[in-house]
Amino acid sequence: MELKVLGPAKPSEDGCSKGSCGSTDDQMAHLPEHIRERVKNHPCYSEEAHHHYARMHVAVAPACNIQCNYCNRKYDCANESRPGVVSELLTPDQAVKKTLAVAATIPQMTVLGIAGPGDPLANPSRTFDTFRQLSDKAPDIKLCVSTNGLTLPDHVEELVKHNIDHVTITINCVDPEVGARIYPWIFWKNRRIRGVKAAKILIAQQQKGLEMLVERGVLVKVNSVLIPGVNDEHLKEVSRIVKEKGAFLHNVMPLIAEEEHGTYYGVMGQRSPSQSELTALQDACGDMNMMRHCRQCRADAVGLLGEDRGQEFTLDKIDAMEIDYDAAMAKRAEIHQAIEASRDAQRAAQTAKSATAPASGLPKGLRSVYMAVASSGQGVVNQHFGHAKEFLVYEASPEGARFIGHRKTDQYCAGDTTCGDAETALQRTIRVLDGCEVVLCSKIGIEPWGHLEDAGILPNGEHAMEPIEEAVMAVYREMFQTGQLAPPAFENRSA
Amino acid sequence: MAYEITAACVNCFACMDVCPSGAIREAKPHFLIDAAKCTHCEGDFADPQCASICPVEMAILNEFGEAANPQGSLTGIPLERLQALAAAGIL
Ligand code: SF4
Ligand code: SF4
Ligand code: SF4
Repeated sequence: MELKVLGPAKPSEDGCSKGSCGSTDDQMAHLPEHIRERVKNHPCYSEEAHHHYARMHVAVAPACNIQCNYCNRKYDCANESRPGVVSELLTPDQAVKKTLAVAATIPQMTVLGIAGPGDPLANPSRTFDTFRQLSDKAPDIKLCVSTNGLTLPDHVEELVKHNIDHVTITINCVDPEVGARIYPWIFWKNRRIRGVKAAKILIAQQQKGLEMLVERGVLVKVNSVLIPGVNDEHLKEVSRIVKEKGAFLHNVMPLIAEEEHGTYYGVMGQRSPSQSELTALQDACGDMNMMRHCRQCRADAVGLLGEDRGQEFTLDKIDAMEIDYDAAMAKRAEIHQAIEASRDAQRAAQTAKSATAPASGLPKGLRSVYMAVASSGQGVVNQHFGHAKEFLVYEASPEGARFIGHRKTDQYCAGDTTCGDAETALQRTIRVLDGCEVVLCSKIGIEPWGHLEDAGILPNGEHAMEPIEEAVMAVYREMFQTGQLAPPAFENRSA
Repeated sequence: MAYEITAACVNCFACMDVCPSGAIREAKPHFLIDAAKCTHCEGDFADPQCASICPVEMAILNEFGEAANPQGSLTGIPLERLQALAAAGIL
């Protein structure tokens, strides 16, 4: 295996890479206080909050009014979920029931989102019926909605009424020529419109919707799908424009295009971006520290990020549950308070530590190392290698540990497609960990240990239950002390 | 003849929401158009609404029994490519 070596991390403007990237304060330092206050418990917006809080999505909005080249309508909306995933479609009543059941069972639950399949705002009655019932029955749950933006301006007033303070717009371009290569058609004013003309209308509507929401004080996140050769360079301009207009966050996600998904891009051989292309673009677009952990989770996902407990809440199981809503809400309030107290304590401990020991103490210019971490939450190394469905990837450098992103072990066998037998689960895991030199976990079996080592990835189970960043830096320091960080010859090989 | 929905339908509700005649209903295994109610959208819109929003090729047949959105017309994927993938058992 060729060792991928990346140059040392350049310190980001917000100082994130200097200290701990897990701290909400660092990631959100650039945000105005009132916005920070509003997103700090949102598991999708705060890398640190997602260790503690849970979210869920319900699929009530199957219709769509545009076509994206990375989407196949047999599956969920690819703007928010991974392609090739099918969610259980619910009626608004069923969705409300499910949300209340989940919020009673998983008291860490803070956010309910509607994100397709389809476009929630192309299904206004189903979407708003769900929101209206929930604002009524579970006022402590935050609501959010994602949209392609086409009919957004028409629904802003309604959104504001329901007090939905998080809206995600997927904006892949601001130039219709680029748009025509991403969107083959839209349904607009009772006609199917195609090509540049269609893209022009969609872009205008997205921008108008963004402006209207910001004007009304609604938080807007912008999602973009990075499509190499189509909008990669262009996304920098998108980022600049949407931030100028007041989007508080720009989230760049990788295109996932597989032939068997039957999407235009998948079938036509459009490639997906590599991890380093993605990281480079996320860096260029600025405040990506907050969204590096975006998992493109499936639309009916339930639970803490990276886990899906959806199977516990199928319709027949929900029917059998008896729920005391008021008691559940009181319990949520209690648990959220306890979580806040422990987060405060963690933060205080971190601040105290960084005051006495500023940097890593390691010489500048050492090469950085990617490490994968198996964690099931709480910000510590606490998962058995074999149980990890995803790994958190950190970049260790003399400046500290920087969170880079997630690697899912099942990314390429989502939904109902079965993976070829040729590739075992372990081989697949090794493939997704490509580029990492170390994998930290609580425990690991002898057999996978050997295979990992052969693949150039060193397993490490010595830091179980330690905070992730400390563990990563401890291993990095060890690598330095044993001379593994020295060879400058490697640097020249980096692409 | 009225418009008709085929087995290619993915049950997405889009056509039902835009039909001016209330002719489309949710059904298993796929949505159905009530032939007695379908007006071809005449008098309401220039284009048949169901066929203008449906995202799936071959899912809606027009009054002549032809696909309103033939293969390749919505995705832009060339026919040869679709046939090659079908032959290889990928799609
Ligand atoms: S907006 Fe979502 S559902 Fe609609 S075509 Fe695009 S990815 Fe698919
Ligand atoms: S052609 Fe018009 S009236 Fe007939 S089913 Fe389609 S949308 Fe309804
Ligand atoms: S729009 Fe097309 S795919 Fe969707 S329900 Fe109607 S016929 Fe089926």
